This record gives sequence, C-alpha cells and structure tokens, in this order.
Amino acid sequence: MAKIELRNLAHSYGGNPSGPDDYALRRMNHIWEDGGAYALLGPSGCGKTTLLNIISGLVQPSEGQVLFDDQEVNALPTERRNVAQVFQFPVLYDTMSVYDNLAFPLRNRGISEDRIRERVGEIASMLDLDDVLKRRAVNLGADAKQKISVGRGLVRSDVAAVLFDEPLTVIDPHLKWRLRRKLKEIHERLKLTLVYVTHDQTEALTFADRIVVMSEGEVVQLGTPQELFERPAHTFVGYFIGSPGMNFLDCGLDGDAAIVEGHRIPLSGEVLAASGQAEGRLEIGIRPEFLELSGGSSGLPAEVEYVEDRGTHRLVKTRVGNNALFVKLRDDQSVPEDGARLRFPPEWTLLYADSHLVG
Amino acid sequence: MEKTYYPKAWLMVLPVVAIVSFSAIIPLMTVINYSVQDIFGPENRYFVGLEWFRMILEDPEILGAFRRQFLFSFAVLAIEIPLGIAIALCMPRKGPWVSVLLILLALPLLVPWNVVGTIWQIFARPDIGLLGIGINGLGIDYNFTGDSIDAWVTVLAMDVWHWTSLAVLLCYAGLQAIPDAYYQAARIDGASRWAIFRYIELPKMRGVLMIAILLRFMDSFKIFAEPFVLTGGGPGNSTTFLSQYLTTMAVGQFDLGPAAAFSLIYFLVILLVSYVFYQVINNLGKGVG
Repeated sequence: MAKIELRNLAHSYGGNPSGPDDYALRRMNHIWEDGGAYALLGPSGCGKTTLLNIISGLVQPSEGQVLFDDQEVNALPTERRNVAQVFQFPVLYDTMSVYDNLAFPLRNRGISEDRIRERVGEIASMLDLDDVLKRRAVNLGADAKQKISVGRGLVRSDVAAVLFDEPLTVIDPHLKWRLRRKLKEIHERLKLTLVYVTHDQTEALTFADRIVVMSEGEVVQLGTPQELFERPAHTFVGYFIGSPGMNFLDCGLDGDAAIVEGHRIPLSGEVLAASGQAEGRLEIGIRPEFLELSGGSSGLPAEVEYVEDRGTHRLVKTRVGNNALFVKLRDDQSVPEDGARLRFPPEWTLLYADSHLVG
Repeated sequence: MEKTYYPKAWLMVLPVVAIVSFSAIIPLMTVINYSVQDIFGPENRYFVGLEWFRMILEDPEILGAFRRQFLFSFAVLAIEIPLGIAIALCMPRKGPWVSVLLILLALPLLVPWNVVGTIWQIFARPDIGLLGIGINGLGIDYNFTGDSIDAWVTVLAMDVWHWTSLAVLLCYAGLQAIPDAYYQAARIDGASRWAIFRYIELPKMRGVLMIAILLRFMDSFKIFAEPFVLTGGGPGNSTTFLSQYLTTMAVGQFDLGPAAAFSLIYFLVILLVSYVFYQVINNLGKGVG
C-alpha cells in the first residue's frame, strides 16, 4: 500500500521544451493518500494517460520526482514498482489458460507453485473467475478478459497501487456497471490505492472518493465529487462536470453585486470578501440545478428558447444577450409564459477571474 | 441472427465461376484426361487407367527428385522462417531507418527469378565470382558446377537471399500490429525478453507466419528458374527439382500421358502438405476452452 507523491513533476515528449505549450504535463505537486480511490478525469489528450504511465514507470518524466511512501521511484523500472496497471482493452496472453494468465506475474518473479496456486485461487474467487480457470482466456467475453487483466495486477501480494486506464471502454453497457461495482468492492476489501483514468464523469463520480480534473496537461482541481460540483475551481471543471455544465456570464463588479447586462446580481459575503484580488476577465458561474426561473419583476430578464422534458426534471434553455443559460426545473415548477426572470441564489453564485475561482 | 436466402445471388457469382472454369477447371480436366490415356493422335488413343501413375510412382529418379524436393523445401523453411523472424525482431519499430530498411529488404523480391539465377551463377563462379573466389580463398574447396553438395548449398543460399525478405516483411507487419499495451503489460508483469517473444510476439504473429510458411513452401516446392539457370540441374541430377523433370518430360520428350499423371501427383502433394501445415498452425496453442 502506498502514498503516491508527485513532486514538481512535469513531462514533455519532445527534447527541449521552450514554452508551456511543449509540455504534455505541466508542473504539478500532489499527494495521493494511501488507500484512496482517485479518478483522473479529463478530455482526450489532456495528459491523463501520460501521468498514469509516469506513475507506473512506463514513461520517464522529464522533470520532477515520483515518490511512493516518501521513497523516490524515478529510477525504478516498472516491474519493481509494485504497481498493477489495467489498460483500455484487455491485455491477455492468448496461448495461456486463465489460470496461467493469472499466474504469469508470479512465475516471472520465481514464486513457488504452491504459493501461486493459493494466490491465484484467492484472486479468482474474488473476481468470480473460479469456473473458467482452466479455459483459454481468448475465448471469454470482454468483461471476463478485463477481469483477468485486473486479476493479473492484484495477484501479486506486494502490489501497492492499481492503475486503471479507461478499463471499461470496451465493455458492454450492461456489464459496465457490474464490473465497476466489482472494482469498487475490491478496493474496499484490499484498501489499495486506486488511480482510475477516465473521460466519463459518471464513471469518475461513482468510482472515486477524489477526482483529479485535468485539462491541457494541467491538474485544474483535485477534490471530492461534491466539491467539484459545488465549487469548481476553474471554469473548465464547471463545464466538464455536470450535465449540462455550469452556466457562465461575463460580468462587472459594483459594490456588493455583479453587474450583468445592466442588472445587479447580489453576491455572497464570502465571494465579496475575496473579490478584492479579482483581476482580469470576470464571470459569474452558477449550476443549472441552482438557477431559479420564474415570472415577476425581480431578477435578470431572460428569453426562454426551449424546454426539454427529461423525466425526472425539465431542462430549460434560456438566453440572456448572447449567452445561453440552462435551468433545471423540478417537475412541479412551471415555466413562465413570458417575461421570464432568472434569479441567482447568492450562496450558489460563484465569481471567476480569468477562469479561476475567486474566494 | 436470422439468415436471409436470396437465390438470385448465385447469378452474381456466375462471372467468377465462368472465369475460374476457363482458367483452372477446364485445364485441370484436360490434364486428368491425358493422365489416363495413351494418345498417339486425335483418332488414335487408348485408355490406360492408372498405368502412368504407377509408372511415375515406381520411377526411382522421380522418387529421388521428390526426396530432394522435400529436403530442399524443408531446408528453405527451416532457414528462412526463423531468420525472417529474427531480422524482423531486430528492426526498429519507428524512425527514419524503417523505410530505408524496408526498401532494401524489398529489393531481392523485385528481381525476376531467372535474373537471380544469372546473378548467382556469376557471383558463385570459382574463377571470376566474388563469392566463389572468397570461399576458395578461405581454404575451402568450392565449385558449384563440379560438386553436387556445393551446387545444392548454392541453390539453397540463393533461395534464402531471394526470399527471406518476404518472411521478414510479413513478420515485421505482424509485429507492428501488436499494440503497445501488450509490451507495457509484460513489463508490469515482469516478463523476460524470451517470455515476451514466446507469449506475446509469437502468438500474435501466428497469422502472418502461416502465410509466410505456406507461400514459401508452395513456391520452393515448385522452384524452377533459379536452379535451371544456375546449375541446369547438375552436376548429375543433384539439383534437378521436380518442375524441371516435369518440363523435360512434357515439353522435351513430349510424354504427355506420364507428364499429366506426374503433374497431378505433384499438385496433390502440394495441396496435401499445405493443408497439413494450415491445420497444424491453426490449431497450435488453441486447445479446448
């Protein structure tokens, strides 16, 4: 079991990085606690797989250090890092049986056959693979294959962290849930540090205790699902998490309120206290779940473009000037015919300066 | 899944059936026709049954040629396939050298068969050829026109030079198709270089190796032009392979009946051996499960 620390870590695939754009990973400092379940979330090409491969040692970082339990492991080759990694598609040794696949990492390390039988038996029963141990791995379904890949990682008793690189990509939707549940269960049972790369927010939110959101080689926020939802540290997190993402409006500041299209939107005391340092382009952000839509005379006038019935709620697209704003309405709330007004509850209205959260 | 039957689809296959009958089935019928008759002229022919087949199978020279042919083909496979795999493994997976190497490797494949024979004929000559003079310079007595073993080895070396590239190119393509994740997983599993080859690369190359083995077997079993140009089948008949016998019999002596029976046996042997290779390779490492 291991605490993973990234110290001043940065990586560039080219030889001589001259500017920040040459980095696949920008400088970062993070500590991932032992036994935590972390999801690395971000769009394709944001550097999540690079980061994962640096942790497992498949890629050497060009700058900085990786530490497992305060020991630098940069110089350690992959096979000596005690990490297991599961890839996007199942990687199997085609000619071997399921048993031999699971035993392979142990055999390579010269462990006795008795001990191997014991370990493989344990892992197979944990993953519900007992029935297929004698069968050839190639002939099984994608979910069973992916379980074998996971099993090959877990079978080593010294394994400190398990890294998943979008392991559910090739799994049928109805099996995804089951496999994810299984992974979660194993995590709870073995208390391993888990790092899970995905671009699917539902997967990240249901799987991990803490989510590391990445964008363009940078970690923009590390937090619990609730933190990411309620207080996105960056407009990117606001957009990326939630469906639809957070609403943002350009604004100015005047006293205790933000000014949008000439209307005053009152801000909370907490935001105002920090707003002194706010510089650059200012925006207010609010989740569609918290934005209120009604008739009447107070609030920001908005034009209703369409209403979508989503079963559990209704999604209303409104327009203020050139900005589209989404509102999620409960089924019992009505959409005003005309003269719709948007109200921003101050406790959920956040202020962003140059895309970063103020306060 | 529900299958739809659409009988008119057969019409679509007709053109191919017509072309194949003209190009393969009708000539084959003709050969079968010749193989069971003794023909002196259009109106003067006798049915002889399997007489020609018996004659061919009892001819010690032809049986000797079959033995030589098998020995040659298996030597070709035993050298070219492992060598092809080894060279493919040594080649870089990416970089500027890849295309240079691929072009160099493809060069021998582009040379026509009889030109290869001519090149080696000069190259191996003990009086003016670089190879011949070189080998003799090492103190080894070498003369491919005089010594049957020298001749045989020279034909083999020529074939290896000509065709190993094919095995390399096929294996290289097979290796390139293996996703990086397999190598990464192997590193995490602590696999040795040998284990990576044995459990990842070799199984993943099964398909291309099958093609390489079948192509090389069929081609080498039918070898004609290169030894014909290089040694003319000699000295003695040490490098007279089956196709050369067949040509002499059919075109040289105009023994159409025996030649037709010979061709059919030849054809069936190639078919049978290829089928055995196919079955064996296909079932390798694919046990029950």
